[in-house]
Amino acid sequence: MHVALWGTRGSLGSPGAETARYGGNTSCVEVRGPNGTALVLDAGTGIRRLGAALPRSLRRVDVLLTHLHMDHIQGLGFFAPLYNSEIEVHIWGPASTTLHLRNRLMRYLSPPLFPVRLRELPCQLVLHEVPCGDFDIGEFHISALLIGHPGPTVGYRIATLQATLAYMPDHEPALGVRQFPLSREWTSGYAVAADVDLLIHDAQYSSQEYPSHIGWGHSSLPQALAFAALADVKQFVPFHHDPAHTDEDLDRLIAEATAAVRPVFTVTPGTEGAIFDLGVAEKATHASTAPVRRSLS
Amino acid sequence: MSQKEIEEILMRQLASCLAMPIFIVDPQGTLIFYNEPAEMILGLRFDETGEMPLAEWATVFTPRDQRGTPLPPQDLPLTIAVNGRRPAHGDFYIRGLDLVLRHIEVTAFPLIGQADRNLGAVALFWEVNT
Repeated sequence: MHVALWGTRGSLGSPGAETARYGGNTSCVEVRGPNGTALVLDAGTGIRRLGAALPRSLRRVDVLLTHLHMDHIQGLGFFAPLYNSEIEVHIWGPASTTLHLRNRLMRYLSPPLFPVRLRELPCQLVLHEVPCGDFDIGEFHISALLIGHPGPTVGYRIATLQATLAYMPDHEPALGVRQFPLSREWTSGYAVAADVDLLIHDAQYSSQEYPSHIGWGHSSLPQALAFAALADVKQFVPFHHDPAHTDEDLDRLIAEATAAVRPVFTVTPGTEGAIFDLGVAEKATHASTAPVRRSLS
Repeated sequence: MSQKEIEEILMRQLASCLAMPIFIVDPQGTLIFYNEPAEMILGLRFDETGEMPLAEWATVFTPRDQRGTPLPPQDLPLTIAVNGRRPAHGDFYIRGLDLVLRHIEVTAFPLIGQADRNLGAVALFWEVNT
């Protein structure tokens, strides 16, 4: 399983010299299977570059949205396959209790927020509502489970015969918990992350910042580390970095939090351009156009 | 190990933060949590009772009407809420696990998640001071 990070920032695109190393694009992750099946996790601003890099021979791509907050769909209208009539684009995402996924997406993909309407897209568009039980896309077996974040939000567990990935970019499992974590059974997202090879998880805040953001739907880095330990993951990628955190801030916060708990799993800070090849010799490499990835254990 | 549904988790977290006694059951009616204020009325800490099937919790507290007649499990508000998927209210007497007889009022409502998923029910209850 090939995993590439095209956007790692949370909440708001944050380009600039001070964020150039970890990246300023919002959530977008590419997942490719051994047989070539292409998944895209979330459609943040990172999806534009991903769309431009997909092979021309591709005839189907599946976009899996965790939820419909703007930083996770803002790039959708700039995803090149949507404008190619020869490509099937399947979009998976949560409905709300009152609106279908199509109606929810139309709120963004229509004037005045966007000039092109959803129904005008030339691609062969198919929408799927989650959670809908487990499902298969090509060689991937996928589970979508509701997790703790304001509004309908799912985490995705994606498995091949060789490897398993969990993706929860926006998640606040510590909400309302006096001493986090509780048992596995009572922890939001545990079933998504249990024993995975790679966990990509929300780590937006520092411990100092979290108390003034309780209920906003995000985790502090120490909470995310505790969640990863509870789930017995092999590798953890802190993700959805706060837009106010500079590269230097992230270096310091991740180093401090990791040193404090000395995790038994690998911690690889979410960096735009990072690549993980799971199920082979598990290692992270890096795209040539992006900065050097850091790995802490 | 399996994980509870997110709505059940959030309900437990909310219950843990509230001062009202709250009792949560799953779709089968199994008691899955009660909070600290409920412990004061039921007479035992949840950590000591743990999860409890409907047939057990519906009788262990020996619910009775004011004449002392035992109430069948299917007539309890929480059972009505979980089986009938509708709110229910009632008042009756229970004997807590500390053996104290208490007069309580109960309001129960079903927990229905997205896609019409039946996730159990919740009871709010309080002691009637007469």
